[in-house]
Amino acid sequence: MSVLTRSPKKRGYLAPRSNTANLAMILAIGYFLVPIVWVVVNSTKDNTQLFSTFSLWFPGDWHLIDNVKGLMTQDGGVYLTWMRNTVFYSLASAIGATLISSMAGYSLARFNFKGRSIVEAGILAMVMVPATALVMPLYLMLSKINLVNTPWSVILPAMLSPFGAFLIRVFVQESIPEEILQAARIDRAGEFRIYWQIVLPMLRPALVTVFLFSLVSSWNNFFLPLVMLSENKYYPLTVGLQSWFDQASQEGGNSILFNLVIAGSLIAIVPLIISFIFLQKYWQGGINAGSIK
Amino acid sequence: MIPFLIVVLAFLIAPLGYALYLSTQADTLVGSQEFVWFENYKYSLTDPIFLEGVKRVFIFGLIQIPIMLFLSTVGALVIDVVNTRLSRAFRLIAFMPYAVPGVVAALMWGFLYSKSFGPFVGIAEALGAKDFNFFTLKVFIYSVSNIITWAWTGYNMIIIYSALQGLSREVYEAAIVDGATQIQIALRVKLPAIKNAILLTTIFAIIGTMQIFTEPRILARYTNAVNNGYTPNIYSFNLAFAQSQFNYAAAVSFTLALVVFVVTSVVLALTRRKGRVE
Repeated sequence: MSVLTRSPKKRGYLAPRSNTANLAMILAIGYFLVPIVWVVVNSTKDNTQLFSTFSLWFPGDWHLIDNVKGLMTQDGGVYLTWMRNTVFYSLASAIGATLISSMAGYSLARFNFKGRSIVEAGILAMVMVPATALVMPLYLMLSKINLVNTPWSVILPAMLSPFGAFLIRVFVQESIPEEILQAARIDRAGEFRIYWQIVLPMLRPALVTVFLFSLVSSWNNFFLPLVMLSENKYYPLTVGLQSWFDQASQEGGNSILFNLVIAGSLIAIVPLIISFIFLQKYWQGGINAGSIK
Repeated sequence: MIPFLIVVLAFLIAPLGYALYLSTQADTLVGSQEFVWFENYKYSLTDPIFLEGVKRVFIFGLIQIPIMLFLSTVGALVIDVVNTRLSRAFRLIAFMPYAVPGVVAALMWGFLYSKSFGPFVGIAEALGAKDFNFFTLKVFIYSVSNIITWAWTGYNMIIIYSALQGLSREVYEAAIVDGATQIQIALRVKLPAIKNAILLTTIFAIIGTMQIFTEPRILARYTNAVNNGYTPNIYSFNLAFAQSQFNYAAAVSFTLALVVFVVTSVVLALTRRKGRVE
């Protein structure tokens, strides 16, 4: 049985008409939506309205367009650069991470080699290493080869995805029968060709999941780019927004930047939330596989 | 395999090895480096700033993790039996914060907490709490707890929900025939069966909590609660990048990793032993 294609069973065969449960779910939905609603509402306000109008309702006259225009022109349109950087860094990291973890996961699942169990234990242990313990020495090493403050410094380290390798391994074991590979070997297909032409296409659902998880973790990453990048023009959205926010708060709230931070936050989360709604199947598939032990 | 090993070597083993090397060095007066064995580690174990930060994330975890996992588990048990439009909307919306970058989540909640931008201070004051402030030294830890709970409850709920969906139905159909209520089934049949999934979320929550960085760092603009060593990770970051004490920063990071390792091992050992007794 494949973990990624398993459809949720139709439950609800005993759906209790529990008002408590319904009320609790409605309250929870409200809780999870509050920040999102706040951002949507307040991205329509200018800086005076931000301070003067009720914070969870729209102002009399809207400034959403002005805010977006301001966002695109502030500091010479640097927001667009951050957006482009974020897209580029996370796509490049996610493609790299997907390819590399697919090779690693496949090798772990299908080949016997010395030290395989050590590698496997190591992959699980990697999760425990605190980010600072890794990023700080990486910074020092990359600075020696002049790679800090370049896109490489945030893309290359993000290609390492222990979770991805683990997920692919589980998937290969469950859904790629050994017989297919043996048949291919009998037909004298090379190992690389088997991987590229047989394994990869069969792995597609798992690859999409690994891709999505790497994309999001790289899109949302703050610590790595904060350490590695020192020039505005290389920032991704997270570090860029933070720098604007710092600037806005330092100037005691008199700065024009608050409305831009809010509009910028909104635009930064829209692409992921949309992808999230449309690609639900893959997200949950990944979590299903991740929770199987 | 080879490319993965290269990446592991270049971006995991080599930096860890290098950091380990750094952590055993110290600056000398003439500006060179000197091998000092475990002096940096010894110092970190008596460093009040570091210990204060470790204590803080411990307390934080003791409060936040049980609340979050309780909510996740209850939510998962509910969406496991109720399949309505409302429950599907709830499942989707609860998971949505996962797609929001930690920085943006912290910014949004920071605005919501602030007196001039958000509604909560006004609501608290209308309810009679005078001069309520989310950013005082005492309250701030709860303000951060709330952000983390908001961000991760849905994610954990989906992990636990997946485990529930994997259970075979026969197990509790027998219980239904015996006249057990839904709540009895949830507590006596389902909960023991998904123990491992809950344990997994606990371990990940502990690892995440010990490494808290983004939220307090972003919100530091609002509050003076966040000092140089508010969490061990903030301390290590400041040591390295504000004070250029790379050697000591590396030792602090490793001590933290060791603490994470010990805590998760203890949790695993405790839960295993408990399982054997049952």
